[in-house]
Amino acid sequence: MAANPMSQFNVYRIGPEIKVGAFDISFTNASLFMILSTVSILLIFNLGSKKNSVLPNKIQLLAELSYTFVSKMISDTAGSKAKPYFAFIFSLFMFVLFCNMFGMIPYTFTVTSHIIVTFVLAAFIFIGVTVIGFIKHGFGYLKLFVPSGVPAVLLPLIVVIEIISYLSRPISLSVRLFANMMAGHTMMKVFGGFVISLGIVGGWLPLSFSVALTGLEILVAFLQAYVFAILTCIYLNDALNLHH
Amino acid sequence: MVKKIYFQSIFFSFFFIKESFAAESGGMPQLNPEFWISQIFWLILTFGIMYLVLSKLILPKISGNLESRKSQILENIEAAEKQREDSDAKLKEYDEIISKSKLEANSIFNQSREKAIKDISAKRQILDKQIDSEIAEAEKEIDLLRRSAPNKINQIAIETSSELLQKLIGTEVNNSSISAIVEDLSKRNGDKYYGN
Repeated sequence: MAANPMSQFNVYRIGPEIKVGAFDISFTNASLFMILSTVSILLIFNLGSKKNSVLPNKIQLLAELSYTFVSKMISDTAGSKAKPYFAFIFSLFMFVLFCNMFGMIPYTFTVTSHIIVTFVLAAFIFIGVTVIGFIKHGFGYLKLFVPSGVPAVLLPLIVVIEIISYLSRPISLSVRLFANMMAGHTMMKVFGGFVISLGIVGGWLPLSFSVALTGLEILVAFLQAYVFAILTCIYLNDALNLHH
Repeated sequence: MVKKIYFQSIFFSFFFIKESFAAESGGMPQLNPEFWISQIFWLILTFGIMYLVLSKLILPKISGNLESRKSQILENIEAAEKQREDSDAKLKEYDEIISKSKLEANSIFNQSREKAIKDISAKRQILDKQIDSEIAEAEKEIDLLRRSAPNKINQIAIETSSELLQKLIGTEVNNSSISAIVEDLSKRNGDKYYGN
């Protein structure tokens, strides 16, 4: 039912059912928007890197500004050691940003409003960061859970808290993005529904709310992509530069 | 079925959310595991391809572009700096040349002035000497003339008076007596005529 604010999150199959063994990997609207996002990212950045003029044109400027923005973000939070992971964090940021922004277009599907997508990204980051940490520091990486300058009496408690907070990273990372996206889109849908139900007489108030919310949601879409990327940088920083 | 239980156990905590939402809005489609595998598959596929293309093809190009621009700008700045230094040196050289030539011109002017002054003074000295000698000569002549003048006048007076007497009286007059008279007269009146 269209009036249901949650119906916008429905995933449905486009085309035939594709099964590989026991797994259903059918092409869905989620897949469509993932492809749309990635294709537009690749298109924009390919166009932006094609010509190298000293005075960049608009699309080149866009690509180069994004590049410097992300590279500055990484060097500020994770230092110079994080340079090999630049491409990953850049793709991550762009992917989340474009998925969020595509979701802002009416009648589209927001890929990042699905917990499974954000959780897979966050879990991959979590596992990757943990592996990097153990490769770089060996078992010394476990020192991350033992902050220096803590009284011995409090140490067992602190270590437990640190471990829990470390393990909850993928959950907090994924739920933050997913919940923000879902809540924002649900709210917009609810206000949109109010506009219809209150009609031409009383619909102006929810309509103005809806307009304001659209602006806010565009901000949130950018902000959540930024937060997602910068938290990845911070986790990476923990793994690369172990100083606790 | 086993798959479903597996994923549900991973996202155990979110099922509380599902329960609370389920009462109000008929459930969250996000928690329906029907398309989870499909979403994971397409996510890995699209994100993986995007990551590969970005990291292998596009990002190196962008960083190369940025680097080349940076180096080009640095080069240009360096070249500009060099040219500025060059022009500064040239300006200094030019200034030096100008001041040198000014000094030279000054000295030449001074020298020529001195020379001219010397020439003029030498010529003037010569002229002065010439004029002095001419004046001295003229004075001498005048002096001579002046000295000879009373004698001549006396002579003339004697001759004219003797001739005058001859015509008047018609007799020969003794010249010596006349000259004695004239000399006597001229001695008496000499001061009146010559002033000295």
